[in-house]
Amino acid sequence: MADVESSTSAPARDVVYCGVCTLPPEYCEFGGTTKKCEEWLNANHSDLHAKIYSEDAVTANLSTLSVKAQERAEKDAQKKAAKAETLEAREAEKRASSKVLIKRIERNKRKYVTCIQGLENFGMDIKKIAKEFGKKFATGSSVTKIPGGGEEITVQGDLAYDIEEFVLETYKDIPEDNVEVIEEKKKKSAAG
Amino acid sequence: MFKKDVAIAGKTNVKSSVQRKIRERILETYPLLEPHIDTLMHKSEKGQMESISIRLSDRSLPFYIIKYTPKDSDGEPIKGTSKIEPLFYETKDHLIPHLKLVHKYPDCFYRLRVDRGAIRFVLSGATLMAPGLTSEGGRLPSEDFEGEDERFGDVDLERGLVVVVEAEGKENACLVGALKVGTAKLREEKKGPAIEDGWHYVGDGLWKLPLD
Repeated sequence: MADVESSTSAPARDVVYCGVCTLPPEYCEFGGTTKKCEEWLNANHSDLHAKIYSEDAVTANLSTLSVKAQERAEKDAQKKAAKAETLEAREAEKRASSKVLIKRIERNKRKYVTCIQGLENFGMDIKKIAKEFGKKFATGSSVTKIPGGGEEITVQGDLAYDIEEFVLETYKDIPEDNVEVIEEKKKKSAAG
Repeated sequence: MFKKDVAIAGKTNVKSSVQRKIRERILETYPLLEPHIDTLMHKSEKGQMESISIRLSDRSLPFYIIKYTPKDSDGEPIKGTSKIEPLFYETKDHLIPHLKLVHKYPDCFYRLRVDRGAIRFVLSGATLMAPGLTSEGGRLPSEDFEGEDERFGDVDLERGLVVVVEAEGKENACLVGALKVGTAKLREEKKGPAIEDGWHYVGDGLWKLPLD
């Protein structure tokens, strides 16, 4: 604030943000995913990595704190890391066990809608995907609530297999085995 | 304030007349941003300001972002590359910059610094307390600063001013918010909360908010 002249001419600074935890890399050590962050930085911005994770920097960081505070910080960091790890493990498990269901539902004779469930388990925003489907297949596509709780994407038209193909192609982190196409008969016909 | 993940309640375009008003307010509060304001609003790239309404537990507040399409060397907008940048969010009394904006123009705001021991508390969403600023590693405005430290200024800041908080040994700021107590009083008492209204830190809900 003191020297106005020099600061007015300074252009915008370009700050690199960590690809793992989104913080500026110098704050990664507080994030709980420090190891991963370090690897990411080494792979993507090795110059920054050398600066932040050099031995000098680390010892300088430690020396400014009292021993007790260091211990506490250490404990805290460990706790955080453990927490982040379990969270990640749980996420991965959820991913492996959950399925994407693509249902073809007969709405009227020879008229179908296609419902897609379970995409949200793969960390996707289903509202956006619904829009994508609509654009890709040029049909109506919306997010509807389902009775059991939760939401699904409803696409108008008989598109089950097209959607399966599209999903597998565009969202590579969904394994093929986890996508299932089923056909659902109209409930009324079963009753009457 | 954004410790929990925030929800978006809606998104609207900001009318140009309202944009002008916001621009004026920005300049009034942060006069040092004046040379950057046009770049900031992406005037040459047809920047369109949008207001995201952020829903908190008890109220919602507007958060202004700017949407623009970068131009190539011929001055033609490049299709499909439109970008979104966060600008400011507005609490009851203040217009507070998003930290990504602060990181870009760190020289345009009042700055303080906390010691290293306080960083982990700040990053887990605690209220910033006075000792973090008054201890050896912290910085409050003082006349004795030389060289690098001069950027922390020599005039005491009043309560209610929006300050950016940097951290000892770090280059980028980690927190922004309005002072609850003036810096002169902080130095004297060395106790109690320092920033308590509408603060925002790196890694909180607002920081993680997906913009597109």
